[in-house]
Amino acid sequence: MASAAKRLEAVYGTATPQIAFDGVTLVLGGKTIIENLSLGVRPGEFLCIVGASGCGKTTALRLAAGLYQPTSGKVNFDGQPMREPRREIAIVFQDYGKALLPWRTAAGNVSLALEAGGMPSAERPARIEELLRTVGLPGHAGKYPSEMSGGMQQRLQIARCLAQEPKTLLMDEPFGALDAMTRQGLQDEVLSLVAASGATVIFVTHDLDEAIYLGDRVIGLLPHPGRIGIELSVNLPRPRDQLSTREHPEFLRLRRQLFDFIKATEQ
Amino acid sequence: MRANSAKALVLPLAVLVAFEVWARATHLQSDSLAPPSEIVMALFGAFADLSILTATRDTLFSAFAGLAIGTTIGLAFGIAFGISDTLDRLMEVTVEAIRPIPSIALLPIALIALGFGYRMEIVIVAFACVWPVLILSRAAVRSIEPRLMEVARALRLPSAQRVWKIIIPAALPRIFVAFRLSAGIALIVAVTVEIAINPLGLGAGIMLAQQALRPDLMLAYLVWIGVIGYALNVLLVVAQNRLFGRAALSGDGA
Repeated sequence: MASAAKRLEAVYGTATPQIAFDGVTLVLGGKTIIENLSLGVRPGEFLCIVGASGCGKTTALRLAAGLYQPTSGKVNFDGQPMREPRREIAIVFQDYGKALLPWRTAAGNVSLALEAGGMPSAERPARIEELLRTVGLPGHAGKYPSEMSGGMQQRLQIARCLAQEPKTLLMDEPFGALDAMTRQGLQDEVLSLVAASGATVIFVTHDLDEAIYLGDRVIGLLPHPGRIGIELSVNLPRPRDQLSTREHPEFLRLRRQLFDFIKATEQ
Repeated sequence: MRANSAKALVLPLAVLVAFEVWARATHLQSDSLAPPSEIVMALFGAFADLSILTATRDTLFSAFAGLAIGTTIGLAFGIAFGISDTLDRLMEVTVEAIRPIPSIALLPIALIALGFGYRMEIVIVAFACVWPVLILSRAAVRSIEPRLMEVARALRLPSAQRVWKIIIPAALPRIFVAFRLSAGIALIVAVTVEIAINPLGLGAGIMLAQQALRPDLMLAYLVWIGVIGYALNVLLVVAQNRLFGRAALSGDGA
């Protein structure tokens, strides 16, 4: 424990991390999913987590969201222990089809987050319109999720998360089910949304290129049980660009390093 | 569709015509059977003197009142049991002990406690309607997409809103199926109570016609009850498709 705290201090100086895992172990159904995970995320940082399937990256995100409680160790948010989900933390699920309410329109789905936050009904329509415009869905307020494409549904879920005005945005393979073009478009939109709001992001993905393209830092997890295997700082200039960033020598070097790591874990 | 439904009518119509011909040819004298033409005439007669309309009103009033009460109770407990495992386990033995009691077996007790009339009938109908709604709404709540419950938690939706805005709408298509089932049961139980003992409604109408040796009128009541039951189901199916067409589809597809 002491070493974990020391390590955090060494990496971040005196700045308190917004989210801090301190020696977190999670046992579910007699199986150790995550073991002794220590990790700090600075305010405003974009952290990507990659790893082979079953390495516990989604579980780590759920711990950060307060949806799971660690078996031992601590998860802190702004120095406070996380006992349950918080309004300041929003989570974007991979399976947008299941996370949206099929009986509510796009506006209704965004409204749910505002209702949960206790916003008076008179103020909601203007805010909903603004949020839908932010995620590129103006004019779709009256559509049901079943009438929208996958990319549009994921935008809608992001709009609902932004309605929480989160300090931290947790994203669980949000673009995993989308086609390559939609995916690149949404990557850039998330980057500009995050830049505008200054939110801290933890982004889980199995796409290594995506992790490097988006992140300030990439963490690779080792499976069975989940623990940190590699940690890379991404010193690529922002704003990132789909062509020039991906051709940057540093991008290629990191990509190589990350691929080698993943290959090694799979053997 | 049209040609098919026309084909489906051929057999029943042929049977009716054959029966009519046979009854006339043999100059049918019976306390239990009557030719279709006489049944139709008796039905018109019962409409003309309003007796069948009064009886229909009485039966439907009891059936719907019992259905409303039973559904409300079943829904409240079903949702509570679906949400809380502890409560469900606590009540499991009690529910399984009471549920198999045929509702009609409560008749003697209900009669002593409440006497003849609407109240006794409503109580028995309500008892019968509780169970399908309770069991199916509990299952419906259990099978709600877990992701939706996580969304509710992540949004920190207060628990009353969680029930009202997530659980009930998500479970509603299945709950409505339970309601349809209970509506059918309500009509059956109401008529049964009337036939057995309660001197009102369509069931009592059948008994009266039987005791007056009027098989035509008795069968007219029977036909009319069938028509009501059929109409009720059609109405509910149409309502179900109207209300939950989209939700039911996306619920099954997910």
